[in-house]
Amino acid sequence: MTSPRVAITGMGIISAIGNTVEENKVSLFACKSGVKTIKNISTIHAGQIKVGEVKCTNETLISQLQLSSDNNFTRTALLGLIAAKEAVKNARILDNSLYKTGLISSTTVGGMDKTEQHLKQFKTSPESQKYISSHHASDSTKKMADYLGITDFTTTISTACSSSTNAIMLGARLIKSGKLDRVIVGGTDVLSKFTINGFKTLMILSDEICKPFDEHRKGLNLGEGAAYLVLEAEHIAKKEKHSILAFVSGYGNANDAFHQTASSENGQGAYLAMQKALDVAQLIPEQIDYINAHGTATANNDLSESIAIKRIFGEKVPNFSSTKAFTGHTLAASGAIEAVYSVLALQEQTVFPNLNFKSKIKETELIPTTEIKKTKIKHVLSNSFGFGGNCSTIIFSKE
Amino acid sequence: MRNCYIHSAVSISLQHTFDSEDFLADIIIHNSKKAKAIYPNYKDFISTIAARRMESGVKMGVIAATKALNLAELNQPDAIITGTGMGCIADTEKFLNSIIDNNEAYLTPTSFIQSTHNTLSANIALILNCHGYNNTYAHASLSFESALIDAKLLLEQEEANHILVGGTDELGNEFVDYVQMIEASNDHGINVPFGEGASFTVLSSEKKPNTIQLLDITTENKISNDKLKHKIKSFLDDNKLNFHDIDAIILGNNGDTFDYYYEQLTSSLFVHASQIHYKHLIGEFYTASAFGFWLGIKILQKQHIPKAVLKNVKSTKPIKIILIYNQFKGENHSFILLKKC
Repeated sequence: MTSPRVAITGMGIISAIGNTVEENKVSLFACKSGVKTIKNISTIHAGQIKVGEVKCTNETLISQLQLSSDNNFTRTALLGLIAAKEAVKNARILDNSLYKTGLISSTTVGGMDKTEQHLKQFKTSPESQKYISSHHASDSTKKMADYLGITDFTTTISTACSSSTNAIMLGARLIKSGKLDRVIVGGTDVLSKFTINGFKTLMILSDEICKPFDEHRKGLNLGEGAAYLVLEAEHIAKKEKHSILAFVSGYGNANDAFHQTASSENGQGAYLAMQKALDVAQLIPEQIDYINAHGTATANNDLSESIAIKRIFGEKVPNFSSTKAFTGHTLAASGAIEAVYSVLALQEQTVFPNLNFKSKIKETELIPTTEIKKTKIKHVLSNSFGFGGNCSTIIFSKE
Repeated sequence: MRNCYIHSAVSISLQHTFDSEDFLADIIIHNSKKAKAIYPNYKDFISTIAARRMESGVKMGVIAATKALNLAELNQPDAIITGTGMGCIADTEKFLNSIIDNNEAYLTPTSFIQSTHNTLSANIALILNCHGYNNTYAHASLSFESALIDAKLLLEQEEANHILVGGTDELGNEFVDYVQMIEASNDHGINVPFGEGASFTVLSSEKKPNTIQLLDITTENKISNDKLKHKIKSFLDDNKLNFHDIDAIILGNNGDTFDYYYEQLTSSLFVHASQIHYKHLIGEFYTASAFGFWLGIKILQKQHIPKAVLKNVKSTKPIKIILIYNQFKGENHSFILLKKC
């Protein structure tokens, strides 16, 4: 039995540059960054960082979702549900119980946004206590599954900044094996004092809008957001007359096995992830038209990723860009957010620019695409790398 | 499609399951509300420098993983997949409290770095210098099961031949008390201690003599009690089995009101089978079912059911097929079939 191709039939996203796929697309074409001074969280670091915040308060999101006033949704769950709901609507799915349907979500901080506000009131305040059960990573997944009527397979992945890329990968594998007909995959993460201070102690936060792949890059901007894709076996998508936006044609997961937080000098994990994805897609490097790089704008990541890209593509590096200066680094959600941008790149036949690039990194001399570029794009390779050496790559194809 | 065999199984728990071959004969009774696992001597497995940074969850996980690899005579797995419900909760609490106590000043990165859910899978990869597939599931009481499903899929689809899979949770110091406080306010809350542990196994596509096979696994987010029989029947049908083929069932009873899900199995569907429970011995936590998995493997290997886990009368029949069923608060149901080859 040949395994079915994995079709993408719906997308949903909420990020610093828009609350829908359409709004994100408009901002990308306008080269408009969503990275700004922090507003929603009170932190002593406010003056020294820039972040990619979603421009909606929790109250707005709650009323948009028509949740009851005594709900215990964390912001992680709110953003996740908004994006997942858009993805399902976009795929024109009315009933999730007709096919073997799964939900694979991902997050790093889970319900930390509420935990850090209420931790010291958990013992005494009944109003705070409802957030005790919303701390763990699968709480947002469960809320999304309940809302979307998914009773079958659900799970949550947490591999730091490669989380949602691994969610897409697992979803694709489950469809190829015939275990699921349809699966909603993606990730959600919100800004929190926990992550702001964590990255601050590692001294990798930039005080200005980040400059991926630039020689003088100063570090990353944290961001928040969520994005989900609806994956369907090709024959199901066709039977249901769903529009096929793109295909997931390749995927690879490898571990750098070098350091808990730093990437290796030769980018071994990244290299292996990209190579595996090309093998699964049965493509040669020359067939990749655009790389949506991880490109966090930390000194370490961008150099290591550049080296890995050069090892795969040699002197013929295709158009590449990091879109982190638009959204900030949305941690677990970044892979899914960039998956949406990769599909948009295929649909619009457009490379979205790497903002703020001026001078090339001395060691590798790679120059990203810095302006909107219309070009023929058949295959997009998207990278996501995380703490713990977790490196994953997905390849999206037009046909 | 290739089969999935179990080459080793190791568990660190509230009982002497790691350091003793004496299969649950000497039981420790835990009367407290929460209890820590019996920690092995980490110096036999981890360098002192590495151990200094590790909280108990990562330590237990690394040790259980190392022993599972040793027993399977495997130096390098093709994939490392772990599950954890609460992740590195001790380091999470530590970093969170230092943010609150010092108003975001004077922080050091160590506990933040060690707080991510994938710390254990990453540490194992680092120690083994293993560049293979690496994943971490954090899906409450289906964390370990998600890891198993992923591993089985990799083996079936010939993407890997030998895989290290485990489930780990640590008690932590603060959050667990809040969770227990909520449980205590409930008349029919969890009635076993809150525990912790690490259970690891090596899965392989290679069949060895007298090996145990992971026949199948399925999970479901939600099932109503009246659909449970149908679900189990179709799971058994998928594997060409009927209710009478099951020699023993391993259940996740924890004394709360949702134990009624298990009653249907014990009082009607599997009256003929040996009925086994374990959470009274090792406590409740999100990856407690990984101990249930270890227990099933040991029972099939040893053809013996320890008295402390048996709920009904002892049977003299050989034990060939075991069904493991777990749920948490009526959600996250998991069904696993193990078979002695």
